[in-house]
Amino acid sequence: MCAGGRPPTAVSGGPPLELGDRVRGILKIAYKLLVNDRGKFTALLVGITFAVFLMIQVTSMFAGMMMKASATVSNTGARIWVMDRAVNNVASSIPLPDYVLDAVRSVPGVRYAVPFFSGGALVRLPDGTYQAVTVIGLDDSSLYGRPMLTQGRIEDIYGENGFIVVADEELPKLGNPKVGTEFELNDHRGVIVGMAKVSASGLFGIPTLYTTLSRAIQYIPSMRYTMSYVLVEPASAATIPRIKGAVERLGYLALTEHEFIDRITTFYKYRTGMGMNILIMTVISFIVGLSISGQTFYTFTLENLDRFGALKAMGAKRLELVSMILFQAGVTAVAGYGLGIGLCALLIALAKLRMPDYASVITFQNLGIAFGMVLVIAGISSYIAVRKVLKIEPFEIFRS
Amino acid sequence: MTDDAIRAQGLSKWFGDGTARKYAVRDVSLSTPFGEMLYIVGPSGSGKTTLLSMISGILRPDEGNVVVEGIDVWNLDDDHIADFRLRTVGFVFQDFHLFPRLSTVENVAVPLILKRRPWDDAIGEARRVLDVVGLADHAELPPGKLSGGEQQRVAIARAIVSAPDLLIFDEPTASLDGDTGRKIVEFVRRDVLTEHRSVLIVTHDSRIFEFADRIVKMEDGRIVSIEKGAHRA
Repeated sequence: MCAGGRPPTAVSGGPPLELGDRVRGILKIAYKLLVNDRGKFTALLVGITFAVFLMIQVTSMFAGMMMKASATVSNTGARIWVMDRAVNNVASSIPLPDYVLDAVRSVPGVRYAVPFFSGGALVRLPDGTYQAVTVIGLDDSSLYGRPMLTQGRIEDIYGENGFIVVADEELPKLGNPKVGTEFELNDHRGVIVGMAKVSASGLFGIPTLYTTLSRAIQYIPSMRYTMSYVLVEPASAATIPRIKGAVERLGYLALTEHEFIDRITTFYKYRTGMGMNILIMTVISFIVGLSISGQTFYTFTLENLDRFGALKAMGAKRLELVSMILFQAGVTAVAGYGLGIGLCALLIALAKLRMPDYASVITFQNLGIAFGMVLVIAGISSYIAVRKVLKIEPFEIFRS
Repeated sequence: MTDDAIRAQGLSKWFGDGTARKYAVRDVSLSTPFGEMLYIVGPSGSGKTTLLSMISGILRPDEGNVVVEGIDVWNLDDDHIADFRLRTVGFVFQDFHLFPRLSTVENVAVPLILKRRPWDDAIGEARRVLDVVGLADHAELPPGKLSGGEQQRVAIARAIVSAPDLLIFDEPTASLDGDTGRKIVEFVRRDVLTEHRSVLIVTHDSRIFEFADRIVKMEDGRIVSIEKGAHRA
């Protein structure tokens, strides 16, 4: 029996070879070469997964802390915040004189403006110990910036010594008070008249109480000026620049909600050392991932180098060989990326079960940064391998 | 199409320049018709593998030309030379160079996949050719589970699966024991060589000379004799 007849020859006949069709089959070969080498594939996945896990974990912790650092801003929901120029985070407010409120109210384009107080106090617990709390004082007439109540009535805040407590993960630190629970705040009597929920808790792990501005400044020792911020509702988005300009001329700073959050983030990022630590950790994660994956992928390519040479001898083109390597690197990168995210999400979920105030949140930005870095790892790893494969001459296969 | 499957004229390949120039192959001319089993023999360093590489479109000669089935191979650009190798030449390497992470049948299907055959078709055809070389039962095994002779037959199956007109064997018995090597070449003579196909074998192994139509003997990069093989005699 004779195998094979007479085929069409290279130039004399046969359909032209379309690269796309050829690449599809060869990618399947590349995939099988990759996943069937279980030891190396596992090592590659572990490298990328570990790198992604570390990168996302670190950046998520930072994102979580920043979210908490801006909690008061995002919970209040004011569109414009007026403050002293030196304020760089919501907790370190500098009291504003009363005329600022009047001046802002007189700016054309301002629909309304209200005072806002944010300060700290000590609550004496039934067992005689003290617990620091954040006290938010809302404008008496409008209660602008109030939280969503889950129990109680908002109008009860006007009652004698009325406070609303935020029922978040910090609540147990106040002994899990309920509506009607009395407590002592800076030697003043207080009573819980409502329970509220907010979208984010504060950074410093202390409970939050809401009350009226007048009660807040009455209970909490303050300087001559008492307003922490002026909250502004513009008539329309178009008036925001004019309002900001007018406030600027007054000698103060007006920021939109997003600008204020950015300012807080910038402060923690660049002026506390936190950002540099995060950056270093992220770079270390990247280097770890690159080292493990690059080394393993290079070894994997070296082991298959003579087979790549054989493919070249058989008629595989450079682009096909390059596409095989890129595909292998891409599959590993995507699989490792997915596993890394899954692992990180699992760990955060488990951590939040044990520690409800665990500050970590996976954002699209974190995912994007990690994906970009994984692509760079895959790119560098495959670049080294591609160079090696392109250099091999089919003739060397004969000589081996 | 010419009567000769291969016509090589004035082939030279050297390394280095000036006084350091060393010829691997020097002014070699050779032709072989379809249906011939041609051996290239000679001591190590005589230039036989270099000659084989130039004929098969792998190594560009410094002088001379190679015409295979009327195509002047070394006048083609790199992509067309790759296509020439893919469509016209089947290679059996000394160390086989099978993919250890692919199954036997997938290894055999590789040339068809390179020729854009759909995966399932390529695997089906590879199974048929594995049957030809007597390894149908081993199709799903990795090559590492096969003996040296079986791996050689897998390499032959891979070389013939796309029905090339020119088959190149580089030391086909070097990795095999004497009896297995002989059986393999006998198989090639009987079942692989056709009247439309030429087989070129580079070998040291005189025990398989009996299957050759002609034997080209090389020394120091030159052809020193062309003898009729035992088969033709």
